[in-house]
Amino acid sequence: MQIPVEGFMYPNEVELQWSVLIVLYPFLTGLVAGAFILASLERVFMVKAVKPTYRLALLTALAFLIVAPLPLQLHLGHPERSFEMYLTPHRSSAMAMFGFVYLWYLLAVLVVEIWLDYRHDIVVMSQCTTGWKRLVYRALTLGSSNISERSLHIDERVGWLVTVIGIPSAFLLHGYVGFIFGSVKANPWWSSPLMPVVFLFSAMVSGIAIVLLLYMLMCRIRREPIDMGCVDTVAKYLFYTFIIDFSLEMLDLIHRIYEADESFRSLDFMVHTRLYLSQVVIQILLGTVLPILLIGATQVLKLAEKQRKWIYVVAGCLTMIGIFAMRWNVVIGGQLFSKSFLGYTTYKMGFATREGLLTAVVLTVLPFVILWVLVKLLPPWPEKNSALSSVAVAAHGAD
Amino acid sequence: MKIFKDAGHLFRLASVFLVGGVLFLVLRGFLVPSSFGQYGHYRGNAVKEAATQPISYAGHQVCESCHADILEVKSKGVHKGVACEACHGPLAKHADDPASVQPAKLDTAVLCFRCHEANLAKPKNFPQVVSAEHSGGAPCETCHQPHSPAIVAVAGGSQ
Repeated sequence: MQIPVEGFMYPNEVELQWSVLIVLYPFLTGLVAGAFILASLERVFMVKAVKPTYRLALLTALAFLIVAPLPLQLHLGHPERSFEMYLTPHRSSAMAMFGFVYLWYLLAVLVVEIWLDYRHDIVVMSQCTTGWKRLVYRALTLGSSNISERSLHIDERVGWLVTVIGIPSAFLLHGYVGFIFGSVKANPWWSSPLMPVVFLFSAMVSGIAIVLLLYMLMCRIRREPIDMGCVDTVAKYLFYTFIIDFSLEMLDLIHRIYEADESFRSLDFMVHTRLYLSQVVIQILLGTVLPILLIGATQVLKLAEKQRKWIYVVAGCLTMIGIFAMRWNVVIGGQLFSKSFLGYTTYKMGFATREGLLTAVVLTVLPFVILWVLVKLLPPWPEKNSALSSVAVAAHGAD
Repeated sequence: MKIFKDAGHLFRLASVFLVGGVLFLVLRGFLVPSSFGQYGHYRGNAVKEAATQPISYAGHQVCESCHADILEVKSKGVHKGVACEACHGPLAKHADDPASVQPAKLDTAVLCFRCHEANLAKPKNFPQVVSAEHSGGAPCETCHQPHSPAIVAVAGGSQ
């Protein structure tokens, strides 16, 4: 396949080594970190208004975290080799240490917090269900059916501690992704100490937006009324986080323009040509400025409930597109120009290939399938839980 | 102790992690080669295994011990710094048994352009041509002698 090249590229720069799957990886981990931080608002920072999204946010984080390493494994081609990270840890490599960051976050934070929060429901459901479901729930109880008030209080305290540990862990998980790019000193598009912070705040933006959208979607599917107090509060936090994220990105941009180092003319040309649509139009105008204005309008204007709902849906979708575009522009944009600053290459994405569009679409849809299974297994809705609880109490009474 | 009774499920959870950790350590004991880390972040025995690989390249000194006539020509041209096997490929077997193992005849229409096809990334003073325009697919040896490629006799000057 002939790759169109403009100007001069070194031979090893013509073909992009990091594909759309590497775009997907920070996008997915960002959703994990953002969703978890939203969950922590209720648990640690006592923002009670967002409680309806708490469990959904945790399950969303878990579903996306399970899929997050798959793009990397598909990209590398030998998934069985990823286990080597644990067997022979390479402490001087940030990429190699990812395995431990991932494992810590998955097992020590997310799984433990979900288990502690759902333990009461798991015990109840292990007594109310039959067949294979009963077996699954019984396995999840780890053989303990103690749901006394005191044991649940202990769960609450330990869960709080896990969330407190989880917040810096979430920062570490996504800050690390930004660090990987920010520490590539040979690439002026990436090399910036601001990169981990920008990645972190964009992760929070995308995570909050996806939980907002999922909550509204699930309310509609379940034909339940949307808790407007909740979505208004989530939107408010989305707005604040977005402002910080946008300010950081603009700070980075202004700093680059003012500093105007030897790479500036080349990168500036790239932004005005090859990246114009994906960066200026999609990322900045449609994916950042427009959603900020839309959500900002809900903060300053007294809009009707229906209008606010539509604005949140539109702004949420635009935010997701904008954050994906940001990942795209970082990963793909950073490989389009030559280190000689004299030429530009083109990214040709395959379709049904190992790192093609179809694979990326499957990996994007997969977390939603996992989330659907998780929601079926561990319903985040209080109504259903209370119904089950009364059944369990009745069952205990009959015993 | 009521606290232990009510926190029993946490001890069970801790046990699951403990069992997982122990299983991992046992598995690690089996999977990580004993020589790993002997010299660096790799399997130490890999160095010994690499040393036992059969030698493919004879080295230009071995070639020159028999092909003194070629050395004579080559030492006067610009290719004097290019090792024999850079073009002819690994020929240790030929050096061991020159009679029965003969090197393949090289196609200069392909071989020479591996180095001399024009590319902006190459230094300006390095001889390079656009193959399609320069020779039209004809073997380079039609005009150039590969061991000393300057066309002195035909064109009366360097290339």
